[in-house]
Amino acid sequence: MQSEQALPELLIKMADDELIIGHRNSEWTGLGPVMEEDIAFSSMAQDKIGHAWALYRILQEHFNGSDPDQFAFMREAADFKCSQLAEMPITSYDFSLMRHFLFDHAETVRYQSFSQSSFTPLQQLAAKIKGELKYHTLHADAWILQLCAAGAESKGRMQQALDNCFQLAGGIFEQGEAEEVLIAEKIYPGEAALYQQWLNNISPVIEKAGLTLPQMTAPVYGGRKGQHTEHLQQLLNEMGEVFRLDPEATW
Amino acid sequence: MQTITTLQAVYNALDHVMDPEIPVLSVLELGMITDVKVDLEGVHVKMIPTFSACPAIDVIKENIASAVERELQMPAIVTVDKEVNWNSNRLTETAKEKLRNYGIAPPGKHEGEVNLDMLIKVSCPHCGSENTYLRSPFGSALCRALHFCKECGMMFEQFKPLS
Repeated sequence: MQSEQALPELLIKMADDELIIGHRNSEWTGLGPVMEEDIAFSSMAQDKIGHAWALYRILQEHFNGSDPDQFAFMREAADFKCSQLAEMPITSYDFSLMRHFLFDHAETVRYQSFSQSSFTPLQQLAAKIKGELKYHTLHADAWILQLCAAGAESKGRMQQALDNCFQLAGGIFEQGEAEEVLIAEKIYPGEAALYQQWLNNISPVIEKAGLTLPQMTAPVYGGRKGQHTEHLQQLLNEMGEVFRLDPEATW
Repeated sequence: MQTITTLQAVYNALDHVMDPEIPVLSVLELGMITDVKVDLEGVHVKMIPTFSACPAIDVIKENIASAVERELQMPAIVTVDKEVNWNSNRLTETAKEKLRNYGIAPPGKHEGEVNLDMLIKVSCPHCGSENTYLRSPFGSALCRALHFCKECGMMFEQFKPLS
C-alpha cells in the first residue's frame, strides 16, 4: 500500500501543529486578559497536546514510530512539520485569539473529513475529537463577534489581527508530496478541498463580525517541509528543557 | 454460575472506583466502562475517558486495577477501548442527580449532536433558576463549562454535553 509512506507524513504534520499550538496556548496560563480566558487557553492547550499525543501514538503503533514523548521532545526544529502559524509567539491577545479562530476551524474541517477515512485509527480518533472541537470554535466565534462589536479600536485590532494571521493560516493547507495517494485511497480529501471548506466555514463569522476577509495572495508555506522561523527552535528549547535533562526518566 | 458471580463482583468493585475530579461519581455511573471479561489471565476491563486529553486517565486506570485486585484477589488488566467513544448520554440518571447535588449542572440528553441551546439553557444547580448564562465553555476541568446564575448570583459549572 503506497499510503504507508504518505500517511506518516500527514500524521506528523497534524500532530506537530497540535503540539506546537498547544504549547503556545499554554503560554497564556496565568497571563490571560480575564480569568475565564486564562482558563480557556489553558484548557485548549491541554486538548491540543492530548490530540498530538494520540496522533503520535498512532504513528508508534501502526508505523513503527518512536515513543511519543521522545518524538515530541527530542527532535530539532528542521524535523518538525508544523505550519509557521502554529509556532508564532503569542504576541498580544488579539493575535492569539485570531490564530485560535483560524486554526481551530481548520482543525475542525480536517477531523470532519476523517469521519469518512479509510484509515480506521484516524476515523476513530476523529469521531472522538470533533465533538470536543465544537467547544473550541464556539469559544473563538463568540469572542471574535464580541470584540468586533466592542467599539472602533477593538474592531480595528481584530481586523489587524486577521490581516496578520491570514497568509500564515494559508500555510496550514500546504500540500504534501504524496497527497494524491492519500486522496486516491480515500484517507482524506486533500488540502485544497479542506481549504475550500474552511473558507466556507469561517466566512459567515467574519461577515457577521463586520470584518473584511483578505485575499489569500501569499500563503506562508515551508512549515510542512521543515522550514521554520527562529521562534520554533526557541520554543523547542524551552519545551524540552526538563525532558532532555534525563530522556530515559519515567514520568 | 461461578462466572456470573465473579462478573457481579467486578462490577461491585468498579462501583467503588470514584472519578478523581468528581468524587461523588463512580466510573460505572460516568459510563466509562465498556466491557468486562474474566478469563484464566484475570479480569479484563475496557474503559474510555470522557475527554480524550483527560489528564486523570492513568490515575483512573490504576484505581480500577487496584480496586479489582483488592476486592477479587485476581490480576486486573485495564485497557482503553478505542472502538467506543464517550458521549454525555452515557451518564446514568443517578449520576446526573448526584452531579446536581454536588453543585454541577448535568448535561441534557442529546440526539446525536450537541446544539448551542444545550449549552446556553442550563438550570442553576443551586436555586433551580433558568435565568443563567454561559460565561465560558471552559471550566476547571476539560469536561466542564462555566455558567453564572442571575437569580442567585452564583457561578456554577456544568458537565458539558458531548456528542
